[in-house]
Amino acid sequence: MDVLKKVPVREQDAKVRATNFDEVCLGYNEEEAVEEAGRCINCKNARCIQGCPVAINIPGFIEKVKNGQFEEASKVIGQSSALPAVCGRVCPQESQCEGKCIRGIKGEPISIGKLERFVADWAREHDIKPEPPKEKNGKKVAIIGSGPAGLTCAGDLAKMGYDVTIFEALHKAGGVLVYGIPEFRLPKQGVVQPEIENVKALGVKIETNVVVGRSVTIDELLHEEGFDAVFIGSGAGLPKFMGIPGENANGVFSANEYLTRSNLMKAFDDNYDTPIAVSKKVAVVGGGNVAMDAARTALRLGAEVHIVYRRSEEELPARVEEVHHAKEEGIIFDLLTNPKEILVDENGWVKGMTCVRMELGEPDASGRRRPVEIPGSEFDLELDTVIMSLGTSPNPLISSTTEGLETNKWHCIVADEEKGQTTKEGVYAGGDAVTGAATVILAMGAGKAGAKGIHEYLSNR
Amino acid sequence: MYQITRAERLTDQIYLFDVVAKRVASSCLPGQFVIVKMDEVGERIPLTICDYNRETGEITIVLQTVGASTMKMARLQVGDSFMDVTGPLGMPSEFTQMPLEEVRQKKFLFVAGGVGSAPVYPQVKWLHEKGIDADVIIGARNKDLIILEEEMEKVAGNLYVTTDDGSYVRKGLVTDVVKDLVENQGKHYDICVAIGPMIMMKFVTLLTKELNIPTIVSLNPIMVDGTGMCGACRVTVGGQVKFACVDGPEFDGHQVNFEEAMKRQQMYKTYEGRAILKLQEGDTHHGGCGYCGGDK
Repeated sequence: MDVLKKVPVREQDAKVRATNFDEVCLGYNEEEAVEEAGRCINCKNARCIQGCPVAINIPGFIEKVKNGQFEEASKVIGQSSALPAVCGRVCPQESQCEGKCIRGIKGEPISIGKLERFVADWAREHDIKPEPPKEKNGKKVAIIGSGPAGLTCAGDLAKMGYDVTIFEALHKAGGVLVYGIPEFRLPKQGVVQPEIENVKALGVKIETNVVVGRSVTIDELLHEEGFDAVFIGSGAGLPKFMGIPGENANGVFSANEYLTRSNLMKAFDDNYDTPIAVSKKVAVVGGGNVAMDAARTALRLGAEVHIVYRRSEEELPARVEEVHHAKEEGIIFDLLTNPKEILVDENGWVKGMTCVRMELGEPDASGRRRPVEIPGSEFDLELDTVIMSLGTSPNPLISSTTEGLETNKWHCIVADEEKGQTTKEGVYAGGDAVTGAATVILAMGAGKAGAKGIHEYLSNR
Repeated sequence: MYQITRAERLTDQIYLFDVVAKRVASSCLPGQFVIVKMDEVGERIPLTICDYNRETGEITIVLQTVGASTMKMARLQVGDSFMDVTGPLGMPSEFTQMPLEEVRQKKFLFVAGGVGSAPVYPQVKWLHEKGIDADVIIGARNKDLIILEEEMEKVAGNLYVTTDDGSYVRKGLVTDVVKDLVENQGKHYDICVAIGPMIMMKFVTLLTKELNIPTIVSLNPIMVDGTGMCGACRVTVGGQVKFACVDGPEFDGHQVNFEEAMKRQQMYKTYEGRAILKLQEGDTHHGGCGYCGGDK
């Protein structure tokens, strides 16, 4: 065993998985987990903990894994995270805990994400559930949105004895974990659902089909339904489009629509009624994790898929692991390429896309080199489907129906980072609704901060 | 679960249900809609709220069978339930948000085509309850397709019914009636609200543009979530892209790009056709088209 290298994790073969929706990564077994845990040197001043937005005691749980005490390990994680099986799969560990790991200086960092996933999966398979608090404090908190921020905030407050109800707009709880991230990265029935059940086991109630701002307002929750505080974790769900000609043609979708059809509505499964485009050749515009998810979904539905991204591979905002997986599966990357116009046939359907080649110029405000068009380099891609994956912004529905709740120019709710406090008394917020589209774990960190803020507010009132 | 307390077949293709959906019933206003999902495998279908009862917590919804999912829904009976009902969604009709004195000074004309009577009814009723009588035109291809006539009669000022084939009351299109009222009967209208098939709304707006009557239409494009998340329902209004589910469903009819909206409505037609075939043929469905999966 080479202590400088991670114990490799088993994956489904790329050729096989390109035709199914089963999970790509198979995870560690007990022996592999113990072996990987053995690489941890248990630093006194553990930098990995600082790299974790919810500050999991990482050396603590790894120590337990090392000794084969998997149930104990799950309890250590459970003190800080309500969604370990999710985070072990979708956190960008390379830039967080693993990015800070001392082992990573001379070799590969400890595979913290895969170990977290192993512990969470082990606990689920052995039916270990969190226990609800013995005493309730009689105070009611409403949480808006059942995504990572809302579930984390709800879990933390329930553990402190609050009576917590989550209001979810869709028919299923989970937010982006359910509608956004595909089955092959995050199994719904096997992983997401049990984590939600764990939050419910703490006493949290979830009411689906409630669109706050329409079905009920925040003021009604506070003044008529007896809630003492509200946490808004409604995410960033509003898709952006490019504003180029032909964008409303049939066959142009937002990544949100495409993924919602496949993930939430299970259009990939013949037993479900919701249709999804049967495509031969697809372009996904954008280079983030969502673009990779949409591309790999289209591939599995039988299409030839191109990622069209205006900068170079180095600037791709997606996780390296996702790009790597996408390439292995056969996604074609058309980099330094930008769409100019979507070409439409006489019946209103997409038939192609005119693109232009780009080159990188001087760095822009984001520090990345600005892509510049190469004059005269236009060319046409023949396509039947275009998926726009250009990012999302928060839905204005809640802010526009809640008096006294301030937003910034990007429609993000203004909230203090440490406690999630908004400009309205008793109302806290966190996650993508505050920051704009970010990651699951950052939203969970904000959910924790919100729980802390609400607890302080209600304790001092 | 959302229990069905009344189920009626209004025509061959149009069905009415009363459903217990307390949060919707307590907060909905005319112009808004719900998303209904029948069971675990069902689609999310946007449906008009035709009426609501704040006391009993019931809403009345009307659906037209256009695909496999709506056909399955149409089979539901009293005592059955919908798995999910979400709403109210969309913006309420503009006049419900205006000062009442201002609304009272306006003369309204409603034009309802076919199933469009369902969304028109709560608007006319709302005005009637505020003491405002609106003129209403109901049109359909033939007598059998006229719905909610009795109900409308009770809340409308003047009710004009017309059929394309002349099988009931009068022969002619709704646009013929609008023209007749304004040009021959000396009627004046400040606002026209036209709801029905896309093609009807298009022709009503062309006429009211000529007659100089501001006109509101209610669009029913393809939707998935109904909360602004997917953008499937995008329509072009006055050259700008709008999401019908959150910016609408009602828009200035003179600004709507109907050609594009009609094309977008056809997007899943082939898939729907296959799904209907599968549903109708049941276990005897063998596919063979190579697409629908029936032969798998």
